[in-house]
Amino acid sequence: MPDGRGGENWPPSAHVTRLRQRAGWLKTVRCFFAARDVIEVETPLLSQAGVTDVHVESLRERGTGRWLQTSPEYAMKRLLAAGLGDCYQITRAFRAGEQGRWHNPEFTLLEWYRLGFDADQLIDEVATLVEAFLGTTRMVRKRYADAFIEAGLPDPLVAGEAELMRAASAHPEAAPLPRSLGRSALLDWLFSQVVVPRLPGRCFVTHYPADQAVLARLDRRDPRVAARFELFCDGVELANGFHELTDAGELRSRFESDQSARRRAGQSVPDIDERLLAAMTSGLPDCAGVAMGLDRLFALAAGDDSLAGVMAFPWDRA
Amino acid sequence: MASYSTNQFKSGLKLMLDGEPYTIVENEFVKPGKGQAFNRVKVRNLKTGKVIDRTFKSGESVEAADVMETEMQYLYNDGEFYHFMAPETFEQHSAPPEAVGDAGKWLKEQDICSVTLYNGEPLSVEPPPHVTLQVTQTDPGLKGDTSSGGSKPATLETGAVVQVPLFIQEGELLKVDTRTGEYISRAKD
Repeated sequence: MPDGRGGENWPPSAHVTRLRQRAGWLKTVRCFFAARDVIEVETPLLSQAGVTDVHVESLRERGTGRWLQTSPEYAMKRLLAAGLGDCYQITRAFRAGEQGRWHNPEFTLLEWYRLGFDADQLIDEVATLVEAFLGTTRMVRKRYADAFIEAGLPDPLVAGEAELMRAASAHPEAAPLPRSLGRSALLDWLFSQVVVPRLPGRCFVTHYPADQAVLARLDRRDPRVAARFELFCDGVELANGFHELTDAGELRSRFESDQSARRRAGQSVPDIDERLLAAMTSGLPDCAGVAMGLDRLFALAAGDDSLAGVMAFPWDRA
Repeated sequence: MASYSTNQFKSGLKLMLDGEPYTIVENEFVKPGKGQAFNRVKVRNLKTGKVIDRTFKSGESVEAADVMETEMQYLYNDGEFYHFMAPETFEQHSAPPEAVGDAGKWLKEQDICSVTLYNGEPLSVEPPPHVTLQVTQTDPGLKGDTSSGGSKPATLETGAVVQVPLFIQEGELLKVDTRTGEYISRAKD
């Protein structure tokens, strides 16, 4: 494959009629939010603080040492704490090394926040938006643990590493097993290879284990799980949402434990975003928020099985 | 020791796995939501040709195989080994028949071939895409037949047998596509 430095890859990978259609799709998204009085905001692509998330690698601008955002979440929460109210953003987000049929290191993210919503209410709204693009069909909600058990795997909230490893070794779809998987990477592998392919066509997975809470609050009745959900459409992960954690002290300790995990793994260790923590200390309103990969949504709407058909210039043509 | 990170993976990249050289045939990036990312790859063993699946945690690094594709001139066959020479350094390499494989039937002395070296030893040989070879045996064509109509087998000077048009005669030079094994045209010289 040519490395793309020559001129041969000048045309867009998406057909021009598809790119015209994409413009219409973006308009549909904006109309959806305009009809609900959710306002559009813009926040910086380059910021001084990065994300400490163990499984997200940021790109960094060399001249200033600033980080390209992996999502607009922190900046938008500062706007919420400042009293802006319901808001959404369509922006570019950047994640180093994420490249494949369904991944491009630079991609278009739709992120929105709704004051006073919990995870269930936001799920309803996500479902309505998705139906505008993919049509109406049965929408299933399934707890993370139930999805594992229905796939014939051990209960992920209870099973130890050895039991999970035995289940993984016995499962043909989990082969070949990557080496030196810890418990949480093992869950990720089983989830992606065994659980997701068995999910119903359109399915919200809810109640993620607490150690995968990211920025979601824990469930008040069962603190083993978090108020986090993801939407899968035909096996493609389309959206990730939280009933947002509002406790700044709890968030700081999650960030610090991310940092030490990154340090142990020899990864770069970005500074904690003190402005976000200060905003949360001053008061993040009770809200739920979700991020949706728009390129993926558009690709599914187009009936494609990769992003290249709906993006003008993917990574290797950019 | 050179190594590659999984985010450099692409087809054609040469890796060492369990002490054997492999080339990546297919690389699929898998990332569950906010979790650990993986690379699921199909790799072909450069010695045996066998294709296997492997999974890596993204960010892992894998030893690079010391595999190099070089252009070399084919010199001669000594009855067992095929001998090649690097045109710039005049360094000579001998390749066993299992490394040459099917390419052997297209090798004509002095032709430039692509030789894959592993730890400095020939691992596989690709003939030039087009070769010019002399017909050593073919049945006489029908009288008056010029350009159209059926075909017949012809044995070439290297031992390869190709289908040629009926008008081709013994002793003629032919241009042949080694990738398809098909006759292209009479050679002009």
